[in-house]
Amino acid sequence: MSVSGNVLLEVKGLKKYFGDNKVLDGISTEIHQGEVVTVIGPSGSGKSTFLRSLNLLETPTGGQILFEGVDITDPKVDINRHRQKIGMVFQQFNLFPHKTVRENIMLAPITLGLMKEEEAKEKADELLERIGLLEKADTYPNMLSGGQKQRVAIVRSLIMNPDVMLFDEPTSALDPEMVGEVLSLMKELAESGMTMVVVTHEMRFAREVSTRVIFIDEGKIQEENSPKEFFEHPKNPRLCDFLSKVL
Amino acid sequence: MGFIESFKEGFYSNFIAGDMYKWLLDGLKTTLILTVLALIIGLIIGFLVAIIRSSHDKTGKLRIPNVLCVVYLTVIRGTPTMIQLLIMNFVVFAAVNLNRILVGALAFGINSGAYVAEIVRSGIMAVDAGQTEAGRSLGLNASQTMRLIVIPQAFKNVLPALVNEFITLLKETSIIGYIGMQDLTKGAMMIQSRTFNAFWPLIAAALMYLVLVMLLTFCMNKLEKRLRTNER
Repeated sequence: MSVSGNVLLEVKGLKKYFGDNKVLDGISTEIHQGEVVTVIGPSGSGKSTFLRSLNLLETPTGGQILFEGVDITDPKVDINRHRQKIGMVFQQFNLFPHKTVRENIMLAPITLGLMKEEEAKEKADELLERIGLLEKADTYPNMLSGGQKQRVAIVRSLIMNPDVMLFDEPTSALDPEMVGEVLSLMKELAESGMTMVVVTHEMRFAREVSTRVIFIDEGKIQEENSPKEFFEHPKNPRLCDFLSKVL
Repeated sequence: MGFIESFKEGFYSNFIAGDMYKWLLDGLKTTLILTVLALIIGLIIGFLVAIIRSSHDKTGKLRIPNVLCVVYLTVIRGTPTMIQLLIMNFVVFAAVNLNRILVGALAFGINSGAYVAEIVRSGIMAVDAGQTEAGRSLGLNASQTMRLIVIPQAFKNVLPALVNEFITLLKETSIIGYIGMQDLTKGAMMIQSRTFNAFWPLIAAALMYLVLVMLLTFCMNKLEKRLRTNER
């Protein structure tokens, strides 16, 4: 496993219980700058909960998450400030239906006082140009296809210049013919050096784009390795079983 | 006397003679001012209560304000509007010489707020949780997310129900006569007591309410259509 840069996210003994249900049962790992980590596992394994804990959309029951050295599970920490640097892309896109495509992208930087209106508009158009959707800037999200929505959702996060991007099954709600356009944008991001954590069922993406693959089952990391080793020589019996079903 | 003549005679003696139509028009003005003031008060209270209640439902915070809101809703929805109006006038503001229209607006506004609150709360709860998550994940705080993302969508969802509440409010103000205000209803009753004719003034008042409500419904439909085409 190649360590590419500084530790960006450090997860120590992360636990999350919903009542008696132990969804995360002590997860520890580090995400380094420039890494593209894919997280795979059967449904209900806790992989989405793990990802959503990284920006505290889920409040951990126990353990610590250090983002750029700061323990963001500390209630005294201003989580909103840290979330600005942690982009997130959802399975259901979650674009704002009452705002145009451009307004969706401009909303956060303007509201948070990071950019003036003009600057945000310029930046938004630049990002839309990059994903080939500039002509959709003034339409509402309902007018877009699933793939287009997800690409807009990605650049909505990008305008904040995040240090890391979290993807929660970004292609699972898409029609098959639209999966490619989203994955290729993600691949482009990865190549540009963006640090990414991706929960996905796209094994090809995991194998070809990621620098490390994590297998989570029953709330624990069962195996993590470079994609080559991970897919060619899986050791954990659960992982072998899982791979035999999905490949 | 033929039908046409008796019609003319009735109209003349009930409205034109002694300029009695002015009682209806002045009453109408009072009814409108009262309704608009009460609506504004009701909307402010309603949105506040709805935000407190739904924030509590979602996050478990704001426990004490939530309890106060529940008490308010229970009391207001559990007692007749008329009693609330009488208490406001003869108990709360008994010793204060406050403009009656303000007393009425407060009573009706506080009453309407309870219904608006439950309407808006249902609208807030109906906005997908993913919308809040998207806002928060971009670094917006809870109130920015509520104000810029959740409320605009909730408002659109509940607009028809809110107009319905507005219509109810307009009609409910007809009991303001009990604290001595001369609204549209009271104006009609004054004509009736002068001419001993119930038909003309009461039918005229009813028609005026009806036209107002139809006008509101019409505007509402227009507005709703525009909001929808905005998104599709």
